[in-house]
Amino acid sequence: MGILENAFPEYVVFSQLDKAINWARENSISYLTMDLACCGVEMAQVAGGRFDIERFGAVAQVSPRHADLMIVAGTITYKMASRIRQLYEQMPHPRYVLSMGSCSNCGGMFSWEYSYSAVSGVDKLIPVDVFVPGCPPRPEALLHGLITLQRRIAGQRVLVRDELSVVRGANGNP
Amino acid sequence: MTSFDNAQTLTFNVGPHHSAAIGPLRMKVRTDGEMVVSCEPDVGYLHRGIEKLAERMTWTGFMPYTDRVDYLSAIHCNLAYALAVESLAGIAVPERAQTIRVLVGELNRLGSHLLAVGHLANQLGAETALMYALRDRERINNLFEMLCGARLTYSYVRIGGVAADVTEGFIEKTYEFVEYLMPKLKEYHDLLSNNRVFMGRLAHVGVISPATAIDCGLTGPTLRASGVKYDTRKMQPYSGYQKFDFDVPVGKGEVGAVGDAFDRYIVRMRELEQAVSIIKQALDALPEGQFSTALPRLFKAPKGEAYAAVESPRGTLGVYVSSSGEKNPARVKFRTPSFAALNLFPDLFKNIPLSDVGTIVGSLDIMVSEVDR
Repeated sequence: MGILENAFPEYVVFSQLDKAINWARENSISYLTMDLACCGVEMAQVAGGRFDIERFGAVAQVSPRHADLMIVAGTITYKMASRIRQLYEQMPHPRYVLSMGSCSNCGGMFSWEYSYSAVSGVDKLIPVDVFVPGCPPRPEALLHGLITLQRRIAGQRVLVRDELSVVRGANGNP
Repeated sequence: MTSFDNAQTLTFNVGPHHSAAIGPLRMKVRTDGEMVVSCEPDVGYLHRGIEKLAERMTWTGFMPYTDRVDYLSAIHCNLAYALAVESLAGIAVPERAQTIRVLVGELNRLGSHLLAVGHLANQLGAETALMYALRDRERINNLFEMLCGARLTYSYVRIGGVAADVTEGFIEKTYEFVEYLMPKLKEYHDLLSNNRVFMGRLAHVGVISPATAIDCGLTGPTLRASGVKYDTRKMQPYSGYQKFDFDVPVGKGEVGAVGDAFDRYIVRMRELEQAVSIIKQALDALPEGQFSTALPRLFKAPKGEAYAAVESPRGTLGVYVSSSGEKNPARVKFRTPSFAALNLFPDLFKNIPLSDVGTIVGSLDIMVSEVDR
């Protein structure tokens, strides 16, 4: 620290602004529970005592206006598709999407080859940050998906536009 | 969209993204101040075309899709479909397989009712009860995982029997679980059934008369809460239910009127006790023998049609299958209990406070995947 050493009391901490903001963002994720089908039950179980997603600082939200992350859990039908897009647009920046389960990843059992009424993946509607495979995924898999997202947030540049922000627009989102 | 129809009423949407029902259910609610004037359900947000998909699948290959018809009681959907195909093809199911089916069916009923009760409590703001329910469900999920490897969508019941035999370890753990659950049920009663606030929120709310219930085609706990003693397990016993000794709890209007939301809640709680008793009987009397009948590699059901019904946690779940003698079904139709419950909506949501909407939907235990298929 050189000349700064002992110049400040011990409760003064030096950090990079990027790191400080990302630290706050990744450890206080409010997720919007988009429980559409079977995966929604596993998402509820994750909030329960055994898996306890709140250990990772993530807490369930029912309003899109208070959410940072949308966990899309279940089959997206054509009727529901516009609603998902609408709810995503209501979320404030920075916003992330976690696609949970085969149906919202790619259609899964209900992809276009099989079902006439299901959209083959939520990435057709909104940009997705993390895909969690499984039908339905185990709760551990969802937790892993959340940790993956947290690592991704940790690597974001807040003040400088990095490659990702150029591709996806300012703030890392389109 | 939110709109003022005239100076008096306001129409707005509850859902499709709302926590009242399990899944995306939309209700168009018209209110006059705090009072609900009318309510119209809008279904189809989870219509996945499962019935149509059956026509492209083989008879046996369709089984995983039946899981997704009602994912909280996947075993019952498996069973209804298996029973229908078995009665069409004249397949005899071994005794052991039948008892295993009863055993896993009741385990599944425990899981579903626990979530229904927890969900209803959560609607009223009692989040602790939901956490308790999730905690106990986790043990049921573990048991199923031990049995068939899946936590939610089991595909365990197959045409001709079940997928795998129960193991010694499973039987031991299930005994342990029922011993664990009985004292826990008292915990729920202490937390909810004897709670003045909980009673106050549920008594006299959403009263369904027996006549209306029958007219709307209600089945299951919702019908029994209105005082009608109808249970498919007793009326048309399947899978050897006639050998089991259990009661059918009915609503008596303990704190309010007969057929109110509290009755629906308490009937589910009593059914939990009955399910535990059936599980114990099934474990004690598990016959020796085979767990499945061998099917030909390419199974083809003979020409004809068949219908089978089971008592799922939400009511009578019927499956109608029609065969043209091919390797895939000509038509599969599900008769689902939650869809019948939606018939009630226009009558039930009249002159009630807005705060009761969540209570009533929660107490009806509507499963949207089952409504839409």
